[in-house]
Amino acid sequence: MSALLDVEDLRVTFPTRTGLIEAVRGVSFSLGRERLGIVGESGSGKSQTGRAIMGLTPPQARISARKLAFDGIDLLGISPRERRSLRGNRIAMILQDPKYSLDPVMSIGRQIVETLRTHEKVSKAEARERALAMLEAVQIRDPKRVFDLHPHEVSGGMGQRAMIAMMLIAGPEMMIADEPTSALDVTVQLDVLGILDRLVSERGMGLIFISHDLRLVSSFCDRVIVMYAGKVVEQLKASELGQAQHPYTRGLLNCMPRIGFERHPLPVLDRKPEWAA
Amino acid sequence: MSAVENESGRGSARAVALASSLGRFLVIAITTYLGLLAVTFFIGRVIPIDPVLAVLGDRAPANVVERTRREMGLDLPLVEQFYIYVKNALSGDFGTSVLTTNPVMTDIRRALPATTELATLGTLIGALFGVPLGVLAAVRRGSIIDQVVRVIGLIGYSVPIFWLGLLGLVLFYAKLQWVAFPARLDVVYEYTFTPITGFYLLDAAMQGQWDVFWDAFRHIILPASLLGYFSLAYISRMTRSFMLNELAQEYIVAARAKGLSETRIIWGHALRNAAVPMVTVIALSYAGLLEGSVLTETVFSWPGIGLYITNSLQNADMNAVLGGTIVIGSVFIGINLLSDLLYRVLDPRTKSA
Ligand SMILES: Nc1ncnc2c1ncn2[C@@H]1O[C@H](COP(=O)(O)OP(=O)(O)OP(=O)(O)O)[C@@H](O)[C@H]1O
Ligand SMILES: [Mg+2]
Repeated sequence: MSALLDVEDLRVTFPTRTGLIEAVRGVSFSLGRERLGIVGESGSGKSQTGRAIMGLTPPQARISARKLAFDGIDLLGISPRERRSLRGNRIAMILQDPKYSLDPVMSIGRQIVETLRTHEKVSKAEARERALAMLEAVQIRDPKRVFDLHPHEVSGGMGQRAMIAMMLIAGPEMMIADEPTSALDVTVQLDVLGILDRLVSERGMGLIFISHDLRLVSSFCDRVIVMYAGKVVEQLKASELGQAQHPYTRGLLNCMPRIGFERHPLPVLDRKPEWAA
Repeated sequence: MSAVENESGRGSARAVALASSLGRFLVIAITTYLGLLAVTFFIGRVIPIDPVLAVLGDRAPANVVERTRREMGLDLPLVEQFYIYVKNALSGDFGTSVLTTNPVMTDIRRALPATTELATLGTLIGALFGVPLGVLAAVRRGSIIDQVVRVIGLIGYSVPIFWLGLLGLVLFYAKLQWVAFPARLDVVYEYTFTPITGFYLLDAAMQGQWDVFWDAFRHIILPASLLGYFSLAYISRMTRSFMLNELAQEYIVAARAKGLSETRIIWGHALRNAAVPMVTVIALSYAGLLEGSVLTETVFSWPGIGLYITNSLQNADMNAVLGGTIVIGSVFIGINLLSDLLYRVLDPRTKSA
């Protein structure tokens, strides 16, 4: 199976007044039609990695890679217009909090239709039909009603389903989900994950699942990348997490609470400067 | 998430919400208006200008003064006077102007459209140019156009309007002769043209008198551009800052992730969101032009409401001053209500509240 996405030595650098901030410092991995988890603590460069792949890096940042290819297309070599036609169409992204990532003054239905009509020449009526079908696919019971609602009128879980519908409607082959359930109530987190899981396997998509929750990632993904300070410190199969070699990964694992074991004092993550070197 | 509600249930719930907010608007409008009347009434009683003397002059015999005082209802208890005052005001009767000897309402009917025409054209110019300029300044932050908007704003802040007005007259009227002299129309037309609404451009167009239209245009364009400039300075600056705020939101990242074009993201999403607070800004600037263009009206001999009130004030013509104040206040209330309503239409988040 040839890789869907190939990333080699990806770097994202922000010039600031106080000097360069290297958010991503030489990340390499490849993705097939599988689920890849990226974990790491806050600020480790997970989101910036995802955004660099999407082409959503802020304009002031510098981006470089020995290779950044999606389905054989050199993402850094094509024009911005070609890049744009991939976004939402073949590569999609789900953001963290539907409260902020949906346009507050546009109805949910129109936001979904907008994605579709940007990438496919379809009539208004057909676009509406397909948006309704998509809302049904993300298990919204009353699609006709939700179609006309505005984002503030729905709950977080419902909003995130709408977000998934909006990003999946054009049938992308790859999806980057940046902490798609972190902003949600625990009770609906599993619902939303289940929907995402089903759609990804049904459609045979590649998924990059960004999270700082190692337990969630290992139960949801096939493979896991552990990032620390802009670098990949470990790559392993989710099932082999127990055999993790890197002390940082082991630290993350040790931090996870287990039922039935009291832990006092609570463990603290070790951070050694040489890991970031 | 509220449970299953059918479509008609939703529809009528919306209608009820809108009706109740309309009702609330009316209550606010009426209270504000009564407050305005109370304030003007009070001012009319406390200022040291005797309305009787203003009518009769100070040489009238005492018995005439007494009779007139009674005729004007000034011997009645204050509460009753206020009641009559409100009743008259509501029917548009503000008494007679000492200066022009017309009923104040007649004068206002002539002056208000002149001001409104000028302010409307000024606001149109300000919004039509100011909004796109502000958007471009925000999108290309730090570019030439951003600098231009900053300089326009700076001049708008620091240069007095009458000075720019005089400069404009010297340049475009005296030197270049591109525009007409200060007035609403050439003298020839003043006597042959019968206005309908009082908006000369509109009236001339409706009657197909294109020579009058052109003449009115040549008279109004300079003062309107001047007001437009100041309104543009304000509107573009506010648009820029609202747009910068919207462009930093997450839904813009999501819109990019959907693959939308920058044009669509900027004008279809960011500006659509920025439009919500912009409505208030534009309405305020419009209301400001309606009452605050006294200087412009003076420089351009524009027979508007600002000039009318100033003249009346200088001649202690209290009926005219108070009547004019009430009318301007009412216009203010109206514009505020309208912008509030528009705000509600533009922002779906306010509907369920
Ligand atoms: N616009 C920017 N300018 C300067 N530095 C930035 C900018 N955006 C991100 N960074 C830096 O890039 C680094 C990585 O950020 P990133 O958002 O990828 O972290 P993350 O792993 O997603 O963290 P989190 O779990 O908090 O989302 C951070 O240290 C941050 O300071
Ligand atoms: Mg992040």
